[in-house]
Amino acid sequence: MEKIKIDIQELDLFFDKKQVLKNVSLHIPAGKITAIIGPSGCGKSTLLRSLNRMHDLNPQARLSGKIMLDELNILHGNTNVVHLRRRIGMVFQKPNPFPKSIAENVSYGLKINGLHDKKKLAEAVENSLRAAALWDEVKDDLDKSALDLSGGQQQRLCIARAVAVEPEVILMDEPCSALDPISTAKVEELMLELKKKYTLVIVTHNMQQAQRVSDFTAFMYLGELIEVGETRQIFQKPQHDLTKNYVEGHFG
Amino acid sequence: MNQRLFWDKFFEKVFKGTAWVAVLTLVGIFLMLLINSARAFETISFAEFFSGTAWNPAAYGEATYGIGAMLFSTLLVTIGAMLIAVPLGIGAAAFLSEVASPRTRNILKPAIEMLAAVPSVVIGFLGIVLVAPALAKIFDLPHGLNALNGSILLAIMALPTLISVTEDAIHAVPQHYKEASYALGANRWETLLRVTLPSCTSGILVAIMLGLGRALGETMTVLMATGNATAMPNGFFDSVRTITATVAIEMGEVPFGTPHYFSLFACALVLFLITLLVNIAAERVAAGYRRKGQ
Amino acid sequence: MKRKIIQILGMALMIAATLVVVAILGVVLFDLTAKGAPVLSWEFLTQSPKKGMTEGGIFPAIFGTTAVTLLSTMLATPLGIGCAIFLHEYAPDNAFTRLIRASIRNLAGVPSIVYGLFGVAIFVQFLGMGASLLAAGCTLGLLTLPSIITTTEEALRNVPRLTREGALALGATKWETIRTVVLPSALPGILTGVILALSRGAGETAPILFTGVAFYSRYLPGSVFDEFMALPYHLYILSTQHHAIEEVRPLAYATALTLILLVFMLNLTAFWARARWQRSLGAGK
Repeated sequence: MEKIKIDIQELDLFFDKKQVLKNVSLHIPAGKITAIIGPSGCGKSTLLRSLNRMHDLNPQARLSGKIMLDELNILHGNTNVVHLRRRIGMVFQKPNPFPKSIAENVSYGLKINGLHDKKKLAEAVENSLRAAALWDEVKDDLDKSALDLSGGQQQRLCIARAVAVEPEVILMDEPCSALDPISTAKVEELMLELKKKYTLVIVTHNMQQAQRVSDFTAFMYLGELIEVGETRQIFQKPQHDLTKNYVEGHFG
Repeated sequence: MNQRLFWDKFFEKVFKGTAWVAVLTLVGIFLMLLINSARAFETISFAEFFSGTAWNPAAYGEATYGIGAMLFSTLLVTIGAMLIAVPLGIGAAAFLSEVASPRTRNILKPAIEMLAAVPSVVIGFLGIVLVAPALAKIFDLPHGLNALNGSILLAIMALPTLISVTEDAIHAVPQHYKEASYALGANRWETLLRVTLPSCTSGILVAIMLGLGRALGETMTVLMATGNATAMPNGFFDSVRTITATVAIEMGEVPFGTPHYFSLFACALVLFLITLLVNIAAERVAAGYRRKGQ
Repeated sequence: MKRKIIQILGMALMIAATLVVVAILGVVLFDLTAKGAPVLSWEFLTQSPKKGMTEGGIFPAIFGTTAVTLLSTMLATPLGIGCAIFLHEYAPDNAFTRLIRASIRNLAGVPSIVYGLFGVAIFVQFLGMGASLLAAGCTLGLLTLPSIITTTEEALRNVPRLTREGALALGATKWETIRTVVLPSALPGILTGVILALSRGAGETAPILFTGVAFYSRYLPGSVFDEFMALPYHLYILSTQHHAIEEVRPLAYATALTLILLVFMLNLTAFWARARWQRSLGAGK
């Protein structure tokens, strides 16, 4: 039995009156990559964004159910969101570096948390960029604007930025959807490297990607979790007809 | 950590506070106009104020407070300005968006923004030293400080707004409308006249109303260049005094708290309401065509 | 054939309209420069008016305009930016917020003389500031407030949502996100708006007419409670109220030229800031 890092229990989510997530229960195992797949609009990104409470920004969003991060009740009103988001990092669909230098981007999370020791910051920048396999490409340009990097480099910078605060979990919301195949391959390689230290949850519409990198796969359809299991089982012996049709490419 | 959350809450309160201060002062302007105008009508009757044409608050004995002549003068000068500015503005906007090369446009557009930046007092000065002598010479008048002069100057001030908003409206016309017209054998002029301009009439209407709003409220140019005669004008060659000019001339000299003092606030309120109506109408039209555009 | 002639005529009309507009600007610039530049000198810019304003320079007016504009900016900028941040980053998008936004937009179209009256009633009389630099600065500040709020909101709107989420996802609080990511990205846009408001304020006459501007004063204002001279008002006086109007016409020209140069300089700075801003945002999108 795997150790469970995040435990989602009977999660419902409404945007205004529209129900977007219906009674979703899912275990995210520690130190593994869990992929969430499904056709557009099935709620996979919405589910991911519930885990670090990004829906707090939307006054129309209402959640009920329970999400546990180890012993922490994520959805509870008293939970410190700022602290939670340090423990659960996130990488977005499109690279979103800040309009600052490369080094400032990576050290951002540490600085707002009160770390100002220059030597420690420089160490953290190097370690994080190495972890994101970007160090060799940018080590001479740390003071250049992050906006001058290529799309693939920007996305790896965003991964480095997330890694720098040493989270326990990293959420990735279709992290390769804006990237070319070579950059995608680099990011995928990186994911496999990262799972040695972190728990990863990725949302993807690319089924090859899910098969290449993930240990577990969850299939969602119209706001419901249809099936979850080991990736190989989901793609080769799906239990559910909907899953079978989807992974065989009949819709989506 | 607690300190960070404290600052977070603190600045939310600060921004909320500034928003309230800003909103309250802006609401205060309206209330102040309303209250001071109400005081004017303690001594002046509505009927006299709105239907009277003689404005002579400083008269010895019987003061009269009729805004009729001023209101008419304001409308005369503004409508004259629009008659000049609208064809010029639409023509220039059509040229800029449909004919001019990108290079020409890149030179002309900043030039028009520059024109928008010229202070009204400078335009008024040029009305005195350039437009007035020219008008006097062309039309054989004793002097050129009249409604026509004001109209010309206000047209100049309204043009930049008119051009840029019209240009935006023309830009918003979908390319395939024009292509369909070309495909039917229409030439550039026919396409512009029959297809492009008719499909952005509400945008042009917004441009005209915004220009109108600006012209209605202009003070310094009309104060300097229209001759400031309080009598009811008979035409564009008469000297006129607009509502704005009246307030500007008399506010400096009027004793505080007199009916005359409050009557100037009533004048400003009338002006405020007219410009507000024009601006709201413009917003309505703009909201209407934005919805249609989607 | 006939259609072709009509097309040519139509194009000619459009070009003529454009030429008229350009010619207006040309005439304005040419006339002011031709007649104002010969009078413009270091002495003119640095001396006080002399002999009933028939000689000497305009230094007190330049000083006064600079002072009142800076004062109004100092008052309106924090208020305007704070208000815009609240409206865009905190306020829920409901009917009330939309009403506030609509009234702010409409207040930008309120005639400047109405602001002048408000200044008289509130600052000069009710708050007892008297006709002073402070009262005029407050009045001008209010006049520019709506446009500062509107342009700041526009600049905030141009910061991508994803950039904000990036900071929040790293555990930044809302204020930290605004301070470290949103404001730096929006700054050039905000700056453009503030400078444009500044340039408009510098050229305004009607709002300061009864709130603090002086016909003539021998001394520079010693504090914010003194009256002051201002360039636009000085031009108004020289061109309409002076006892020897024809005699001081060259001085009026030079004053007009100084004023317009000041305003254009501010505008060029704003264009420059905007161009830089568009480039920096362009890469981020």
